[in-house]
Amino acid sequence: MRSWLDHVPRPLRAALPGRHGYSRRQTYILFLLPALVVIFAVIIFPWLFTIWMSLNDWQMGMQRAFIGPANFQNLATNTRFLETIPRTLFFTVLGVIAPLVLGVFAAEVFHQQFPLRGLLRGIFVMPMMTTPVAIALIFIMMYHPQLGVLNYLLSLVGIPPQLWIYDKNTVIPALVLVETWQWTPLVMLIVLGGLAALPTEPYESAVIDGASYWDMFRYITLPLVTPFLMVALIIRTIDALKSFDIIFVMTQGGPGTASETINIYLYLQAFSFFNIGHASAVVIVFFVIILALALILLAARERLRWTQ
Amino acid sequence: MAIKSVTRREFLKKSATAGVGLATLPLLANCAPAPTPAPAAAQPTAAPAKATAPAVVTTATFNWQRFKGEKIEITFTMGNMVDVLMKYHKEFEDLTGITVGAEQIPEQQARQKQVMEFNAGATSFDVCHYSYHVHKRLFAKNKWTVDLREYLNDPTMTPPDFDWNDFSPGAKAYATDTEGRICSIPIKIDFWMLYWNKELFQAKGIEYPKTFDEMLEAARKLHDPGKNVVGYLARGLKNANVPVWTHLMQGWGVDPIDAKGNFYTDSPEAIEAAKLYQSLLKNYSAAGVSGFNWNECQSAFVLGQAAMWQDGIGFATPLEDKTKSKVFGKVGYGVFPKGPKAQHSAMFGDGIGISAFSKKKGPAYFYCIWATSKLNQLRVLQAGAAVPPRSSALGNPDRAKGSTMPAEYFECLEGSGKILRAGLPEIIPVTEFRDIFGIALTNMIGGADPATELKKATADFKPIYEKSEKG
Repeated sequence: MRSWLDHVPRPLRAALPGRHGYSRRQTYILFLLPALVVIFAVIIFPWLFTIWMSLNDWQMGMQRAFIGPANFQNLATNTRFLETIPRTLFFTVLGVIAPLVLGVFAAEVFHQQFPLRGLLRGIFVMPMMTTPVAIALIFIMMYHPQLGVLNYLLSLVGIPPQLWIYDKNTVIPALVLVETWQWTPLVMLIVLGGLAALPTEPYESAVIDGASYWDMFRYITLPLVTPFLMVALIIRTIDALKSFDIIFVMTQGGPGTASETINIYLYLQAFSFFNIGHASAVVIVFFVIILALALILLAARERLRWTQ
Repeated sequence: MAIKSVTRREFLKKSATAGVGLATLPLLANCAPAPTPAPAAAQPTAAPAKATAPAVVTTATFNWQRFKGEKIEITFTMGNMVDVLMKYHKEFEDLTGITVGAEQIPEQQARQKQVMEFNAGATSFDVCHYSYHVHKRLFAKNKWTVDLREYLNDPTMTPPDFDWNDFSPGAKAYATDTEGRICSIPIKIDFWMLYWNKELFQAKGIEYPKTFDEMLEAARKLHDPGKNVVGYLARGLKNANVPVWTHLMQGWGVDPIDAKGNFYTDSPEAIEAAKLYQSLLKNYSAAGVSGFNWNECQSAFVLGQAAMWQDGIGFATPLEDKTKSKVFGKVGYGVFPKGPKAQHSAMFGDGIGISAFSKKKGPAYFYCIWATSKLNQLRVLQAGAAVPPRSSALGNPDRAKGSTMPAEYFECLEGSGKILRAGLPEIIPVTEFRDIFGIALTNMIGGADPATELKKATADFKPIYEKSEKG
């Protein structure tokens, strides 16, 4: 038996009330509600609250007062904060370039066939799986100017002892060395995946044409793995910008403020000084910086896609 | 280190034989009060038992089982002292019938947790262990811990043998806020002194320095980088280094900020102290000392690479571990030398208080008085885990029993106890104070002018301090 509903055009049926007075569209919304609540609770609300806090002068244990954009205005003239921006970028640039260069080299090596390749690949990626705090503690011991093994090794080849993280001039490169040790394997894995996906025909043609190994790397491998390198670059850039644990455990931003990145400054404001309003403003500025860099890199990646 | 503990029975037996005079050794009695000394009202009037009275005992008149069946939560700052207390929690549970849940959190994280939970108006703990030199003013201002005067004066809540007056005046002042509220019970104090390597001193025929000038001269003579020996070690890492400077400043009889809020951070005395700090650490210390915290200093000293090391006596235990220490049996524990105008040992302290948001304040209080009892304070001292603020523990003839620490260690405790002075100003933004002046001190090690650095740091910090006083 045909019901009256069969005479209603199909697109309109969804808008009709259901058995309990709800339209189907309303029913669908009800199904979405749990997910929307979760998204609001864990993403949207924290962001709105952070923005709200950034507009307040609020220190834990003190009276809160609405001050509008004053926290942002203070940041614009705060020398200590402003100095953290180039320092963070310097750390990021070094912390991206070194793993990228070494990672590509390592990927080239591990792309070749040789005995125990699987075992060595496994050993090579182990730093990536290690807890950053444990790595930091080990490197603190290794970097100790008087007791550390690194200075002992340097002394064996006649190089005078270095101060590593204990000197304001060498602290950032010394920290980048730790980052490089830990994250070169990630770049290697990404590039290795790219190398495995490359076609063999260009190489065969190049060999016939008498190209050298370097020529093949420079004119075939590198352009073809560039999209993969861009992925590694984006991941490493965001990771290096956010780097906190290793710096905090090893130097806490010192000596003085020589390794105080935006993240360390933010941590001090939020969790040592409990200056929540000021720290929230730093969070927003930092987020904008990360977002801008990520967008630039994503746009660059789109232009370099060879699959299109 | 093997910790030989005393049982309650042993302690009672020994205490009974100990003379009253010994147990009332006036150690700490002369210690200088904290910048905000406790008003007279802070002293509870409950009739105290004699200092010789033994520790935790169940008497016919006091009912320890009053809160039987309750459960309390405690948050501790990680440390050896806490290990000792937790070892005996079963004893507390048997005595009171109260179940204890306890956590130990590293210092920085513990401080964050406590402030955030208090600020939220709900705490997961009933008892909290905190540092006076960091949080006293903040906690007191917000009344985050319970005023204990009522409990201390209530004979049904405080056993007669607890004896509040057994705590040193300095420690009691530390536990008391400007309104006279007793916000916690002192559980440990730390004295700053000078560790010295006797072997290195003897090799150069140098005596232990009695004045700052002699200390500087000794550092100069003993500094021998060619032999991998530095003359003087102290913290150079920002924030951690500030107590080194404030301790030196006490030699000129000055605190960085006094109880009335007057600043002396760029005074001539502060600059002289900073110049001494700069001279010692720039010229006669380890390469890279600007990144050294206490642990780097301790590592170098324990390996015999430093002639002198200025820090808290709480770091002494590993030096006397003959399996690890290269300076075992060679360490001198010196009362800090006299400055141009005064001689002081910088004092830092911790207490345990009851959360104002706790619903189990009675059981929590029972824990506080048990943990700070005479017996437990003696145990902590014997374990070399901390310096107790109780005179009876420090003056107990059994204080060295089971301890690996030499007699000179205890003599240093006695000597330093007589010249104590709060090591950091009791202000709310003490962390910012340490951060800003810490950076200035680190810059000085790098060669910056002390007067300029201190002037800049003072200008940076003053608005923060003034804001904290208004809020």
